[in-house]
Amino acid sequence: MFVLELVAQSLVQGSIYALIALGLTLVYGLLRILHVAHASLFTLGAYVGVLTYNATGSLALTLLAAMLVSGLSGVAMFRLAYKPLLKQPPHVALIASIGLFIAAEECFRIAFGASGLSFANTPLQGQVRIGSLQFKEAEIAVMLGAALILGALAWLQSHTRVGIACQATVSDPQMAESFGITLNTVRDLNFLVGSALAGFAGVWVAVLNNLVEPTMGSVPSYKALAIIVLGGMGSVPGTLMAALVLGLVESFGTVYLGKVLDRNAIAFAFLIVVLMMRPQGLFAKK
Amino acid sequence: MDYEISLLTTIGISVMFALSLNLITGFCGQISLGHSAFLGVGAYTSAMLTKAGLPFLLTLPAAMLLAGVLGVIVGMASLRVRADFLAITTMGVGFLFIGVVRQQEWLGGEMGLSGFPGSGLGKTGFMLLTLGLAGLTAAISLYIQRAWIGRVFNGIAEDEDTMRVLGIDVPRYKLAAFAIGTALAGAAGGLYASHLKFIGPDSFSFVESITVLSMVVVGGIGSVVWVALAAAVLSALPGWFQFIGDYKLLVYGGLLFAMMRFSPHGLAGMAQAVTRGGTHARR
Repeated sequence: MFVLELVAQSLVQGSIYALIALGLTLVYGLLRILHVAHASLFTLGAYVGVLTYNATGSLALTLLAAMLVSGLSGVAMFRLAYKPLLKQPPHVALIASIGLFIAAEECFRIAFGASGLSFANTPLQGQVRIGSLQFKEAEIAVMLGAALILGALAWLQSHTRVGIACQATVSDPQMAESFGITLNTVRDLNFLVGSALAGFAGVWVAVLNNLVEPTMGSVPSYKALAIIVLGGMGSVPGTLMAALVLGLVESFGTVYLGKVLDRNAIAFAFLIVVLMMRPQGLFAKK
Repeated sequence: MDYEISLLTTIGISVMFALSLNLITGFCGQISLGHSAFLGVGAYTSAMLTKAGLPFLLTLPAAMLLAGVLGVIVGMASLRVRADFLAITTMGVGFLFIGVVRQQEWLGGEMGLSGFPGSGLGKTGFMLLTLGLAGLTAAISLYIQRAWIGRVFNGIAEDEDTMRVLGIDVPRYKLAAFAIGTALAGAAGGLYASHLKFIGPDSFSFVESITVLSMVVVGGIGSVVWVALAAAVLSALPGWFQFIGDYKLLVYGGLLFAMMRFSPHGLAGMAQAVTRGGTHARR
């Protein structure tokens, strides 16, 4: 029973990781940039979520607002910050992104205070029993939400013209362009979708913890980087698998190795071991 | 006077630390997002040894040795993975170091270490030692830059595969860069512990790794003089303006971004562009 509970917890954690990491993978696949500042959009979504929910009391409106604000900020970030750096060596964009992320965290702290915000009354706190397992309603919602959204995206990617255009751009930008695909539109779209997902995840983390803090993005940010590396950089199915695997490794690791290493260290120890054995990542094709 | 002495000591340590990263990231092109782990290894080694009764000056070589050995092990990762993957791996090393230290009772755990014996040199003596070692690090860096090994480092940073084709034993040089850079960071760590008289896991967090990287980047990756200057200024800023103290991270983050966005070669690149009177900074 204990093992089942751990698996359930890692599924919840894994869904959140997957939502955040997907945007990172899209950006990496498209631009080869390690988009650390992605997590600041996750934090932004959480703040917008709490503020909207406290003002309106509607969860649907909250999710919509968070995804819209995060998504549009993501597009703005791409246009203002990354686009001018595309011709530079990759570390330039990486360091710029880290700088952006640190500055954004500080802006949240200065604007909303270091101790963070919480919900006036938190939505979806009821308990649900499935078999012998206890879940919060919010936990079920985040798992279902992640599965639905990611499934829908996978379908859109292979069944619509826009989705196929995105795939084509990832595999060969020049060829895609010569077939009449506008690269910048595809990039905008990817930033919009990826960042909106981060905002969506932000709202759910806020609901689960009943707290948003300026620093809430940092751990997910580094974890998401670990996940896209494990998933084989830029591979969407690999990223989803890696998110779930990392959720499992962390849950079980904390129980069995908690005396020697803390949660983050377990995740990164796993990452390092995997990379040393398979430098191309866990789920890359070759 | 006390304040100035303390400030100069802090500057000396920062300069030494930044130059040690510059050797790895600047000269050899191997990006590291976990360099503060080696500052930490040095600091903990020195603190534990002084606690055990060893005189401070003898703990510095031990700190360098341990940090250097661990640095070579991490450097081996750079033989397996490159560029972005290496950045993430080294970031992982940083988190691993803090995670391990946090759970070790004998290293003070979450609470950190304090109350270990000082250097016994007095404040001014310690400052002179720090500044001397920082100067020595700069001299070693300048020497390496001009020597054969520095040219190979530069070649590896520019194009690793070509260097392999030229018959250069690339792994050996990469490991050498990691060994020298991390050993120097270890020495800086020893000085850090003795200067602050307190160390804990949070003293060597990811933010510290980024701070030192921002010093290297703002100075201009690979340029000894400018990196030293940037390290001196950036480490002194928070003390000079209490106003910046609270906004320290915002300034760091903003500078890091602005520098990459508008002048990817840092102050060195700007200076070069100005002296050449044109827009042709180093490629």
